[in-house]
Amino acid sequence: MAGGEQPIIRVCGLKNSFGDQLVHDGLDLDVRRGEIFGVVGGSGTGKSVLMRSIIGLQNPDEGQIEVFGEPMIGRDEEEAKHVRRRWGVLFQGGALFSTLTVAENIQVPIREYYPGIDQELQDEIAAYKISMSGLGSDAGAKYPSELSGGMRKRAGIARALALDPELLFLDEPTAGLDPIGAAAFDQLILELRDGLGLTVFLITHDLDTLYAICDRIAVLADHKVVALGTIPELLALDHEWIQAYFKGPRGRAAARIAEREEADA
Amino acid sequence: MTVTADFSRNVEEGRCVLKLSGNLTILRVRKLSEQLAEIDAEDLTVDLSEVERMDTVGAWLVHKLERDRGARIVGATKEQQQLIEHVTQADQPMKVKREYETPLIRVLGQVGASTRIVIGTLYGLLGFFGSLLISTGNIIRHPRRLRINAIAQQFEVVGVHALFIIGLMTFLVGIVIAQQGAVQLRQFGAEIYTINLIGRSAMKELGVLMTAIMVAGRSGSAFAAQLGSMKLSEEVDAMRTIGVSPMEALVFPRVAATVLLMPLLGFYAAVMVIIGGGIFCWLSLDIPPVTYVQRIREVVPMTDLYQTLVKAPVFGMIIATAGCYQGMQVKGNAEEVGLRTTTAVVQGIFLVIVLDAFFAVFFTSIGWT
Repeated sequence: MAGGEQPIIRVCGLKNSFGDQLVHDGLDLDVRRGEIFGVVGGSGTGKSVLMRSIIGLQNPDEGQIEVFGEPMIGRDEEEAKHVRRRWGVLFQGGALFSTLTVAENIQVPIREYYPGIDQELQDEIAAYKISMSGLGSDAGAKYPSELSGGMRKRAGIARALALDPELLFLDEPTAGLDPIGAAAFDQLILELRDGLGLTVFLITHDLDTLYAICDRIAVLADHKVVALGTIPELLALDHEWIQAYFKGPRGRAAARIAEREEADA
Repeated sequence: MTVTADFSRNVEEGRCVLKLSGNLTILRVRKLSEQLAEIDAEDLTVDLSEVERMDTVGAWLVHKLERDRGARIVGATKEQQQLIEHVTQADQPMKVKREYETPLIRVLGQVGASTRIVIGTLYGLLGFFGSLLISTGNIIRHPRRLRINAIAQQFEVVGVHALFIIGLMTFLVGIVIAQQGAVQLRQFGAEIYTINLIGRSAMKELGVLMTAIMVAGRSGSAFAAQLGSMKLSEEVDAMRTIGVSPMEALVFPRVAATVLLMPLLGFYAAVMVIIGGGIFCWLSLDIPPVTYVQRIREVVPMTDLYQTLVKAPVFGMIIATAGCYQGMQVKGNAEEVGLRTTTAVVQGIFLVIVLDAFFAVFFTSIGWT
């Protein structure tokens, strides 16, 4: 990653509030191309609000947001659409359209942006996207209600990948998965990043995910990013919450596992 | 820079070489995919050295040439190679379509499924009613388990909050009946019988039926939605685990409140119909209120009121039971809550009207004409 390269996401002086409640105040953030960028923070520190602001679901009170070098705030819908198709979003519960099968869910963005691609090719595209996201061969014809939570998230990833995005937003991808499923999901994210050259913006609570796949991590607290860096860099900081987070019993356990895996490798 | 994915073909050493150039992305593959299908040469070589950008859809096309026609790929950069490999790995047999059913089979299947649902619902409702009776028995034996507060709260929601809308609706119905009746009866010079029409239909049918429809729409649906969402959030299960019977704590207060309030609401509605009709008679037919009230007392027999008072609690029982039953049947997802709520209202109103017909025959045969 070249240091001088333009960041893929740049957030400057972001301010968000709901009524009297201040969520962000003067939040700055840069995400570099090709990295897996983790966002952590206690409950209520506005991780999801940050993501919603970047993808344009939440209008911030103040601040600048640039994605792919293009300003996102105050853009009209038509222009924003062209930026929007260059990213994919996985919501917490998968947010699949419940009246469509998994394959049809994946075809929705394709139909929306590239009408006229014949059905056969669309089916083929849906099939390999489903397979890429690690779902079994019968998943394509199923409705979301027939899938388990983990499968729904994988189907959500497949839909997020439908238009070959350069940037993938993931909101707590491993929440609610069993440890084996969560580890497999981490692996999937790594594979997709390496195979497709994605940049990943990831909100998580999962310490194992942070150790296993994140290149850099931003810590949200006190309405802003209080620290940003790799895990060793964060550990070196003297911030109460960061210390409690990474050096708490769960943090230590995750660190030990990560060390062991590195030794094995 | 070319933005389209173009290709040129020439023959080198007996092999057909396709030289792709430009952007090999989803934007251009539709045309390309058709053009490639037209090439019938064997021994293909695909040269990617002039491709500027490639996404997975482009890689998929290249992979298909390799897979189906034994094409040889040359000139791919490392990233492109990686992308094609990634797509190749993802090429697994995959079912993307539901199995097709012929219309005949589908219709037959739907009829069968609906029949099963109807029978299952009737059976379930009966069972639900039975367990409601058992809970009622338990509450009678242990009066301390009676939740007075819950019942009082339902009184307010089912009854007090409905007063305005039921009153307004039946008042207007009264005016409509009076006006329509007067137009017809005027032809025989029998306008005065408008009062008979209003008084008797209001006391016997309109009041209680209108009330039942409104209560089914307001409260039956609310019961289904409330219990349904409690079922979804596992509140009902938590209740059971703690040892509280949902039947006693949730269903009984709702059913009891509806059963007790329906006669009151029904009577109130009948009176409102009569008032609405009376105002029309006064303003339009010049029948003074005193005469109107006196005529009403003469033509409406007491048995008409008894009919309303007998029917109302039964209707209330049906509406509340259907609402609570449907609510308790919710499982799975939030969509189910909406479906069950609709079913509760439809079922409630349907059963009320069917039963009303039976009541009409019954009351006639015992001489309450």
